[in-house]
Amino acid sequence: MEKKTRSLKLMNMHIPYHIIMILWSFIAMFPMWFLIINTFKVKKEIYTNFFGLPHKWTLQNYRALLSNSDFFVYFRNSFLVVVVSLFMILFVGSLCAYALAHWRTKTSRVIYYFFVIGMMLPIKIATIRLIQIMKALGTLNTLFSLYPVYIAMGLPTAVFILTEFIHGLPGELYEAGYMDGAGRFRIWHQIVIPLIRPALATVAIYNLVPIWNDLWFPLIFITKESQKTVLLAVTRLQGQYSTDWPKVLTILAMSALPVITLYLIMSKQFVKGLTAGAVKG
Amino acid sequence: MSAKPKTIAAFQGGKTIKPGGVYWLRYILPALLFYVVFMAYPMLDSVRLSLYEGTAGVRQYVGFANYVRLFTDEVVSKRFWNAFGNNWIFFAYHMILQNALGITFAAILTNRTMKGRQFYQTLIFIPCTVAVLVTGYLFKMMMNPQWSKAPLEKAGLGFLVHSPQGWLGDPGTALSAVSLVSVWQWVGIPTMMFVAAFQGIDDDLIEAASIEGATPWQQFTRIRIPLIVPVIGMVAIMTFVANFNAFDAVFAMETLDGAPNYSTDLIGTLFYRYGVAGQHPVGIPEPGVGSAISTSIFCMLLCGVIPVLVKTQGKE
Repeated sequence: MEKKTRSLKLMNMHIPYHIIMILWSFIAMFPMWFLIINTFKVKKEIYTNFFGLPHKWTLQNYRALLSNSDFFVYFRNSFLVVVVSLFMILFVGSLCAYALAHWRTKTSRVIYYFFVIGMMLPIKIATIRLIQIMKALGTLNTLFSLYPVYIAMGLPTAVFILTEFIHGLPGELYEAGYMDGAGRFRIWHQIVIPLIRPALATVAIYNLVPIWNDLWFPLIFITKESQKTVLLAVTRLQGQYSTDWPKVLTILAMSALPVITLYLIMSKQFVKGLTAGAVKG
Repeated sequence: MSAKPKTIAAFQGGKTIKPGGVYWLRYILPALLFYVVFMAYPMLDSVRLSLYEGTAGVRQYVGFANYVRLFTDEVVSKRFWNAFGNNWIFFAYHMILQNALGITFAAILTNRTMKGRQFYQTLIFIPCTVAVLVTGYLFKMMMNPQWSKAPLEKAGLGFLVHSPQGWLGDPGTALSAVSLVSVWQWVGIPTMMFVAAFQGIDDDLIEAASIEGATPWQQFTRIRIPLIVPVIGMVAIMTFVANFNAFDAVFAMETLDGAPNYSTDLIGTLFYRYGVAGQHPVGIPEPGVGSAISTSIFCMLLCGVIPVLVKTQGKE
């Protein structure tokens, strides 16, 4: 009996599983380690000490970066793009979902599926036509060429997730509002919006990462220095500081920092958000 | 309906006045406008553009000439079929390796009695939050033998270095190297989706099976896997769509030409060169050929996605 519980205990330690997971965790984290430690090295040290901890720690790369005003412009642009796009996705998306959840006819079903199909199709396919549209609108080389594309790109999932969520809300919650004679719009922003916060968070995260990390559209739409996003600026690094690798790595690290920090703070919501769209609601 | 409280649908049939479509359209219109003008219309209109030649000012209807060029022209078709083939290899790496790793990790991470699962999950997922461009640059640096050869050999890991040209510089290994980096980066997504799927399985089923004497392996292959087929289908679709859309990985680690010697050229980079930037050295984009490429991807995605959807999402 005693022997049996001990072997069960041993089995429950799952040693082979831990070995696999530790091995993969190491593989997954090694490039991140490489990235971070090298930002604290002086320019020359990287050539002699590639993977190890710095012999002499320095903040010089960060200081140089923070005193560079271009860098703030890129960050401001990236933040603007993310914030404006997300706000619009959530705003028009939740309005639309509210309507599609309440108005259940054949027409509304058709509109709903028309949105949902967009989840399966990459917007990149539309690029050539989009260039022409942006040219006609005169928004090339400004952030206004990026906002509408990201908004359109985010709407299919937003409509899908939010419509399902609103449809599943208990109807009693509205009853009081209707009794009071509140208008639909007031019900939307005073009752519906607070109730669907978790779903809004999922939609926001689902879109946040791809928008922040998008390279394709900035690369094609924007060449003007003052309108570049962080990631687009990163593409020019290798030419700019071709020998100062610690500086290049510092910019890479800074470009990844906001999203990684957010992820570490709210990893549960992130995982839910980034895998949403595949699993219902 | 029975156990649940009344949903909106039930409530709708009640005493409230139901506003009609005209009313609701006001709520739908803003979203619809963005979606149609900047996604649906340009996507569908790209199909039409593929039947024209020349740039916006002087556009000329040429029928299927762009497709004929794309599929049969000596120069263009060679590039197209090359990128097409490469893309299938790129996809195969993800479909087989990434998803197998994902299922394995998920099976491990859903062991109730195992400690530290949350910690591993958090770590595995970190690369998914970083831009492909960033991880691509990192791997490009790390795989450069000029730098990594000495330290790796010192650590007894000399086999990780491919000297002198590096894994990314050898036409025979470049595509595999790029694919593996991409697998490394994205393995967190299928892992998390499978974790969610496995957690959704009713415990009683597994318990009943183990009482009946099914081994853990039998439980895995005969019960848990069949039960998550819809999720496997969804992951397959997502992998398919994402891979025929890939661009950043090649851009970061190789060049827009899919160096070395076009061995890492994917549809995404080909599309960029022909449709957006223009082929080297002329540099004049050909929107017609570009649209023909994007239309071909569009058709291929639909042909790939719909059967899998129908087969695996069954009863929904």
